[in-house]
Amino acid sequence: MKRYYQPEIETAPREKILEIQNEKIVRQVRHVWDNVPYYRHLMEEKGVTPDDIKSVDDIRKLPFLSKADLRDAYPYGLLGTDLKNCVRIQSTSGTTGRRVVAFYTQKDIDLWEDCTARAIVAAGGTEEDVVQVCYGYGLFTGGPGLHGGSHKVGCLTLPMSSGNTERQIQFMMDLGTTILCCTPSYAAYIGESLAEQGYKPEDNKLKAGIFGAEPWTEEMRRQIEKSLGIKAYDIYGLTETSGPGVSFECEEQNGMHINEDHFYAEIIDPETGEVLPDGEKGELVFTSLDKEAFPLLRYRTRDICVLNRTPCSCGRTHVRMSKPMGRSDDMLIIRGVNVFPSQIETVLLKEGYTPNYQIVLDRERNTDTFDVYVEVGPDQFSDLMGQNQRMEKGLETALRTMLGIGPKVHLVAPKTITRSEGKAVRVIDRRKLHD
Amino acid sequence: MAITQISLFLMNQPGQLVDAVEAISANGANIRAMSIAEANDFGILRAIVTDTDHIIRQLKDQFLITKTEVVAARMGDQSGSLLPILKTLNEANINIEYMYAFTGTGPDEAYVVLRVNDIITAEAVLNASGIQTLTDTSLKI
Repeated sequence: MKRYYQPEIETAPREKILEIQNEKIVRQVRHVWDNVPYYRHLMEEKGVTPDDIKSVDDIRKLPFLSKADLRDAYPYGLLGTDLKNCVRIQSTSGTTGRRVVAFYTQKDIDLWEDCTARAIVAAGGTEEDVVQVCYGYGLFTGGPGLHGGSHKVGCLTLPMSSGNTERQIQFMMDLGTTILCCTPSYAAYIGESLAEQGYKPEDNKLKAGIFGAEPWTEEMRRQIEKSLGIKAYDIYGLTETSGPGVSFECEEQNGMHINEDHFYAEIIDPETGEVLPDGEKGELVFTSLDKEAFPLLRYRTRDICVLNRTPCSCGRTHVRMSKPMGRSDDMLIIRGVNVFPSQIETVLLKEGYTPNYQIVLDRERNTDTFDVYVEVGPDQFSDLMGQNQRMEKGLETALRTMLGIGPKVHLVAPKTITRSEGKAVRVIDRRKLHD
Repeated sequence: MAITQISLFLMNQPGQLVDAVEAISANGANIRAMSIAEANDFGILRAIVTDTDHIIRQLKDQFLITKTEVVAARMGDQSGSLLPILKTLNEANINIEYMYAFTGTGPDEAYVVLRVNDIITAEAVLNASGIQTLTDTSLKI
């Protein structure tokens, strides 16, 4: 069985990988300097020119990019080529005001699909396989990313997109799906639905699943593996750098190999921005080495993780990253949607409430529950129950519109939100997403 | 004339009602009538108390409290007493949001507290039908 999609690069000696990276970074910095005035300006402010970048060791001289830059530069400010050379956009789940639109040339898409193809082959995929992609298609990178990779490997691709579980199961059973691609929570849900319909794990032809786009635990992995009778592989990525496939798990299931020929990874101290030594926990920063249309240098992912450079028994030589262990900002990922507590505050103030609230996240049947407790003030409280309940519903609607995901709102009495050392506790996350 | 009802926002959990009633009694007021409406997370305690303004002043830092004008209509304490009140309001096309009742101190003396959409018309039609309604002053006696 084919073990690697591109063995010559996936198992290349470290020196070879470094050589590739050194060559690419010099070219890429020049490309950005020449084509992205926004970043050129940041470099000038830092007193760096392309001549200062001779190898990946010099990357630390470059300025960081953050989500705030992406917002400031929206939509074309970080574009690295003429629009006429671009063939597609993808976008993040789109919480208001923080939408990221990433551009792709055909080459960008081609390299991105190579990355997801590597992930599929690492999960055991060959041209014999039937790959069911039930990540969302459309602006979300999940569907298109895995779809493209599946084509490259030569698998029979079922472009299901997300939802309609009954149909998913019907296609899965009728066409003998062997590899499932979706979010881990949806995989768990499909597992439960199969059991409810009386199917046993051995009744399906599935052998592997490639699951990502949201945090999940080892415990959840074991659950999914058991309920579907498969081996479950993690995949990581972000729209800013391309999409899923920036890194992926091999059969060792012990960290995700970063596609280092396309992405240079650093771990920094989120406070000081200093690069941390290997093995230390910090914020993951990516530099795209090949992207033409959306060439981000030193993009701060805000994901906290650890890099592992010890050789992997799978034969791949690319560095492994741990599952993200948290975030260096206050962003929450709820059912795959990015939510910032400040957005909730904005809605409350706009609707005339005090900004006293608490977000409680938990998991039921492997799906996130999202509850927002809001202190009622004298201006809102009514002796009429119906009016209070309409307020609750109204707030739910306003929050759903802002966040793109609907929380359950609970009105509570003033001064009842838990405070620790006088400061209100804004988020209680009981999901235990990090082992 | 109407009477003033207080409404307290309470969490739907043990201990809340004790706290509220304790606070009312600690301030020397008598609860003449009360009812509770409940939702999933919270409830509303509605009460007719003696010395309403004093209670609101004393409780407003501890509780979310609001006052509402309601009609307290006198009726007899026997079968069928409520009916004329409801019929009168119905004929005047008055909608009742909620209601609760309490008995008076005298024999055959009961009152129904009515939260209606048009309090002035409600009282007028009730009084015109010979149904007596209470005022805050009459309630204190």
